[in-house]
Amino acid sequence: MPQLARPLSPHIGIYRWQWTMTLSILHRATGIALAVGTILLVALLLSLAAGPAAYARVQACCASPFGQVLLLGWTWSLCYHLCNGIRHLAWDVGWGFEIARGRLTGWIAIGASLLLTLAIWACVFVRGGAA
Amino acid sequence: MAEFTLPKNSKVQEGKRFPAKAGARNVRTFRVYRWSPDEGANPRIDEYEVDLAACGPMVLDALIKIKNEIDPTLTFRRSCREGICGSCAMNIDGTNTLACTKAIEDCRGDLRIYPLPHLPVVKDLVPDLTHFYAQYASIRPWLRTQSAPPPDAERLQSKEDRAKLDGLYECILCACCSTSCPSYWWNGDRYLGPAILLQAYRWIADSRDEDTGTRLDELEDPFKLYRCHTIMNCAQTCPKGLNPAKAIAEIKKLMVERQGV
Repeated sequence: MPQLARPLSPHIGIYRWQWTMTLSILHRATGIALAVGTILLVALLLSLAAGPAAYARVQACCASPFGQVLLLGWTWSLCYHLCNGIRHLAWDVGWGFEIARGRLTGWIAIGASLLLTLAIWACVFVRGGAA
Repeated sequence: MAEFTLPKNSKVQEGKRFPAKAGARNVRTFRVYRWSPDEGANPRIDEYEVDLAACGPMVLDALIKIKNEIDPTLTFRRSCREGICGSCAMNIDGTNTLACTKAIEDCRGDLRIYPLPHLPVVKDLVPDLTHFYAQYASIRPWLRTQSAPPPDAERLQSKEDRAKLDGLYECILCACCSTSCPSYWWNGDRYLGPAILLQAYRWIADSRDEDTGTRLDELEDPFKLYRCHTIMNCAQTCPKGLNPAKAIAEIKKLMVERQGV
C-alpha cells in the first residue's frame, strides 16, 4: 500500500475573498507603497540640494503621466493607510469588533480615503498643478 | 512564511463525474475534494449530481446522501448534526463553516466543498488537527487555582462574572476560525490562532481562575499572540457567531494594562 506524505489542503486559492481580508491586505500593501514612495521624496530633496537643473528634472518626471499616476497612487495609499490606521487604533482600545460595525468602518475608511485623495488633488490643481 | 502556492503533491486535479439518475427532479452539483492515502495520486475534485428533491436541506444531508447512495468511499467527520460538536467543519462555498448548519440553498452555483484550509489531509474532507489540539493543550485550558478549595461548596461566581464568559464558553473548537485566518495559514506553526486564543481568554476572563499572570506571561510572545493583525476573517466565519478577534484584542489590552502605563 503506497503511503504518501499528506497533501496540504487548499487555502488562499479556494477561500472566497472576504471584505475583512481585502481591507487588511490593502492596509499592508499601502504601507509598503508608502515606504517605497519615500524614495521619491528623498529624490526630490536630494535634487533640491543639487541645484535647479536637477530639481527641474525630478519635477518633469513627476509631471509626466506615469509620474502623476504614481503620485495619485501614493496619495491614496497615504489616505487609506491613515483612515484604516484609525480603525486599528479603535480596535486597540477594544471598539468596533462587531461584524456589522467592522464592515461599516471599513467602508467609511475606503470612502474617506477616496474623498481625502480627491480633496488633496483638487487643492493641488487649484494652486496650479502637481509638484 | 507565506507560501501562496500548494506543494507539488497537493495540487488539485479534475476527478470523476457521477451524473444524477434518470428522473431526478431538482439536481444540484457538488464538487468535492478527494484524496486517499491508498491511491498514490494527487488530490482531485469529484463531481456529484444530487437530486435535492430527495435530500435534506443541509450540506451535511447531501454529503450523507452521496456516501449512502452514490459513492461510499467519500470520507468526512460528522456526529451531532446540530452544530454543537464541531466535527463536520469544512470549507463550503468558499468559507469555513459546519456542514450540518449550512443550508444548501444559501450556497451559490455548484457547491464547492474542501477540507478546512491549510492543514494536512488525512483523507478526503478529514484534516489532521493534531497540531491544533496540541496548541489547545499548551494553554492548559482548565481552572488553575492557588487558594485552597472551599471545604463544603464549589467555587462560586456572581452572575455578573459569569456573564463575562458569554461569547467565549460557546466555542466548540471546530477550527473554522483558525483555518480561515491568513496569519494562521502562514505562521500556524508558532501562532496559536483565533480559536486557541479565544479559549485562552476564556480562562483569563474567568473570575475563579487564579493564574492570570502566568497565562499572560505564556502568551507574551511575538508569534503566539501578536501574529494577530486584526484581519477579522475569524469573526466573519465563526459558525457560532462568536468573535475571536475581540477576545484577542482583550488579551492585548491586558498585556498593556498590566505594564501599568
